[in-house]
Amino acid sequence: MRHFDYARAESPQQAVAAHGSDRDAAFLAGGTTLLDLVKLDVMQPQKVIDINGVDLDTIERLDDGRLRIGAMVTNTALARDERVVEDYAVLSQALLAGASTQLRNKATTGGNIMQRVRCPYFRDGVSACNKREPGSGCAAIEGVNRTVHAVLGTSDNCIATHPSDMCVAMAAIGATVEVQGPEGTREIDFGDFHLLPGDTPAREHALEPGELITHVVLDAPIDGGRSAYLKLRDRQSYQFALASSAVIVRMDGNTITDARVAMGGVGTKPWRAPEVEAALKGKTASEALFTDAAKLAFENATAYSQNGYKIPLGQQAIVRNLTDLTAA
Amino acid sequence: MSDTDTKEPIIGAGVPRIDGPDKLAGRANYAADNLPPNMAYGYGVFSTIAKGKVTRIKVDEAKRMPGVIDIFHHGHFPSLYRTPSSFVQGNKVEETRLPFEDERVYYEGQFVALVVADSFENARAAARHVEVEYAPESAVANLAQGLEDNGTQAGGGHARGDAASAFDSADTTIDVTYHTPVETHNPMEMHASVAYWDAQGNLTIYDASQGVVVERNALSKIFAIAPERITVHAPYIGSGFGSKLWTWPHAIATAAVSRELGRPVQLVVPRQQMFTTTGHRPETRQRMRLATDGNGKLVSLRHEAINTTSFTDQYVETCGSVTKSLYSCPDLTVSHATTQVNRGTPTSMRAPGAAPGLFALESAIDEMALAAGVDPVQFRLDNYAERDESQDLDFSSNHIVEATKQAAERFGWHERNPQIGSMREGREIVGYGMAACNWEALKRPCDARVSLRADGTAFASCATQDIGTGTYTIVAQAVSDVTGIPVDRITVKLGDSSYPDGPISGGSWATATTLPAIAGAARNALDELKRYATGSNGIFAEASADDLSVADGALRYDGKQASFAEVLDAARYGSADGEAHTEAADSKYSYRSFGAHFVEVRWDPGISHLRVSRVVSAIDVGKVINETTARNQVEGAVVMGVGMGLFEATEYDERNGRPVNNDYAEYVVPVHADQPEIDVILLDYPDLAFNEYGARGIGEIGITGLAAAIGNAVHHATGKRIRELPITLDKLMDDVPQAQSA
Repeated sequence: MRHFDYARAESPQQAVAAHGSDRDAAFLAGGTTLLDLVKLDVMQPQKVIDINGVDLDTIERLDDGRLRIGAMVTNTALARDERVVEDYAVLSQALLAGASTQLRNKATTGGNIMQRVRCPYFRDGVSACNKREPGSGCAAIEGVNRTVHAVLGTSDNCIATHPSDMCVAMAAIGATVEVQGPEGTREIDFGDFHLLPGDTPAREHALEPGELITHVVLDAPIDGGRSAYLKLRDRQSYQFALASSAVIVRMDGNTITDARVAMGGVGTKPWRAPEVEAALKGKTASEALFTDAAKLAFENATAYSQNGYKIPLGQQAIVRNLTDLTAA
Repeated sequence: MSDTDTKEPIIGAGVPRIDGPDKLAGRANYAADNLPPNMAYGYGVFSTIAKGKVTRIKVDEAKRMPGVIDIFHHGHFPSLYRTPSSFVQGNKVEETRLPFEDERVYYEGQFVALVVADSFENARAAARHVEVEYAPESAVANLAQGLEDNGTQAGGGHARGDAASAFDSADTTIDVTYHTPVETHNPMEMHASVAYWDAQGNLTIYDASQGVVVERNALSKIFAIAPERITVHAPYIGSGFGSKLWTWPHAIATAAVSRELGRPVQLVVPRQQMFTTTGHRPETRQRMRLATDGNGKLVSLRHEAINTTSFTDQYVETCGSVTKSLYSCPDLTVSHATTQVNRGTPTSMRAPGAAPGLFALESAIDEMALAAGVDPVQFRLDNYAERDESQDLDFSSNHIVEATKQAAERFGWHERNPQIGSMREGREIVGYGMAACNWEALKRPCDARVSLRADGTAFASCATQDIGTGTYTIVAQAVSDVTGIPVDRITVKLGDSSYPDGPISGGSWATATTLPAIAGAARNALDELKRYATGSNGIFAEASADDLSVADGALRYDGKQASFAEVLDAARYGSADGEAHTEAADSKYSYRSFGAHFVEVRWDPGISHLRVSRVVSAIDVGKVINETTARNQVEGAVVMGVGMGLFEATEYDERNGRPVNNDYAEYVVPVHADQPEIDVILLDYPDLAFNEYGARGIGEIGITGLAAAIGNAVHHATGKRIRELPITLDKLMDDVPQAQSA
């Protein structure tokens, strides 16, 4: 049996202290990624710090209108929270489009942000994978890459999509990640949290070793905004997005006065599309506008051997979502 | 049938599964649930190359790890014998090469070592520290490369008339090629074996098996001991779909190392290796050439199928098995061939041959009907065979015309506008498609035993299996039918090779094979009971056996009634027992099952979303024994057919032969949300030429033709003819950007 040290933490400070700067340590929240990958022998933590006893499972409205979500709030609890359903429909919908009921009941907000890629070459433990074994190469680029591989933000070293639905909604909403480190707390803008693979695909996020996500603070909802998440996939449930869109718009009559657009299933990180947003703002809603705007998101897209269809599919996810939202 | 029966007949009734409560309560033990004392755990080491040789296995480090008992590989493994793998002798296996027989690697995911330790976790941890060095060789990645590199081996066929000449002189012809991918069974229950040997050298094995008798016989050959010294248990199977029909290397290896170590060993095949070393439905390429005369009658039909097989064994996917006899056509050729690739040996998967074969045939018939300008339903009605022209025999019972018409009516086929893409509802384009379905009716030899017991219960046993389909329940129904004992007082035992020899649970033949033997055994038990009743101590000593009648678990004579228990008590016997043997089906008729699927699909081009929204299936399988489990079989097969049509394909990395989507997240099968509205019509015409119940079996027919009906509906909706399964959304999208050459 592969042995590891196990510790239970009761506060973020305690968790961070137990972790130290040990690169072979891991925090255990819902376990839906970590335990899976440990069983597959893809992750081999020497020390596991269980943070299920850390008191981070509440959601609070801040005075400035933002919503502060504890890292241990489960995906189910977050999706069903009245404030989220009311003010951030896109987030609730994205959460409920992910995984299965059983997984959502275990999975946490912090864990969802930290989930690892679903690239089968990462998960098989033997193929070339620069995330698992830096410098070994990327088997996916010339391999099977139809479902969980990206067309945006890829590099010659990695093309795996970020698998989260929740994060796509958060990217559209705008958020701040609060982290506890050995030296205290700091904040990371959500858009800066996940990193592009570039030359260092093993570096997936902006956390330093030993830092722990304690909260995600959602930007205040756009006054009068409406939002929705649209996820496209082969089967109707329990599959990662082939392409998805998280859209928030505010309308004045038929004019779009504000727009936020993010995409899942197509990018190596939760993919905000500011160029699409800029093309929409101040314009009269029409399918032609949406079609033209959606194209902008994919101007720099790269098609790989099996996933070129994601370029039009991603545009469809944006256009349909905008069409439905602006028609209401 | 009991003599005075005014109640609803038990045969045909929707009796709930008698094994349901045990399964729900967790009392049903599956193979890996068996934990005999002192059991050790095995875990495999699997090849990471598709072809070559193992040049070195370093086990020293792994052997020193905690709990490790031994590590087996081709240089350290007991010498075994091959089984002749004869279907007729009942000792067939699919992969005839023995585990660890030599240093050769024929496919990725082949066992190259087996670690045995005191716990599952220790075995797995050590397996990951076994270092294997290889001399890889250039492998054959897929069907196309197999054809190019090695060509084909013949796999049989059928010919009548001169199909080529008829084709050349016909009015309207099509020449199209279909392709189906490797599909993997993916039963929920893992393949698993628990084996132990007693001091006398007798082997007991709990295995996830669809055929305990054949496994016993195969192991008898492999270990060169008498079959009587081997007992195979498989009381419950977490489904198999064909992958558990024949014994695979893991079961053989488990039994072998258990004998070496002198203690029980359990081995569970990981999900990833259930894609490599326990069979799959092979890749097929099928060329279809059809021709009609000016009246839309088929005049020539050629179905040439090639499937992939392994380098160790030839497995023929008989794609043209239905093509021979479904349609009337004087000039017809069916041919099967295989080509070797570096994948594990394929095996039967639900409706082997017919499932991929009818995708090609029933898609091609749709294409032919359109080319001939005839409605696809009418085209079939015009061309269905009235007798089996391949065998020159009448069908025993064939209601395909009625099935097609009933399903068309229920579905609303007359509302179909044949114009492509013409039926719209909101954003969705609705497509209607249909296909025939067909499966052979088979019946194997069978033995069974029934005991009527002094406590008023009955006991029935047969070494067949219930693979989740309801066999336990229908056996109880048959005993109840003969004896009048209610189902809840009948104990049924299956899945144990020490019971009277029963059939493998495959080919949709378990019902037709088992029930006549059970009924015969029950009647023989009743005859025995009547002899007890009329013997010198008998309760009706004055009567002769022929004067007694049977009703509701009692014997009647001259206005008097005595329960079976009273009869046995009076005679001071514990039970009245009967055995029976029934033979395989005769060859007086062509015995087949028939049906038709009608499918509605909805295509939303704005988001490239395709779904199957509605299915109506009319199925003619002879007498239905249990309305609930029969309907469930067809519904389940339809759902599996939706998976075949839209989602399923085992994707191999062509560089190393590794199945890439080898888990439940990435190998996409339908979830509940994908299930269409399903309406099953069971025609229920007893086929009494086939057996006394008139039942032909229902496990497989429901998946045949379904993928074609989907494809035909997709064509109606989109105008696109997808000849390569699965029909994924990217195949229906226009202007898909291609990769720049890397």
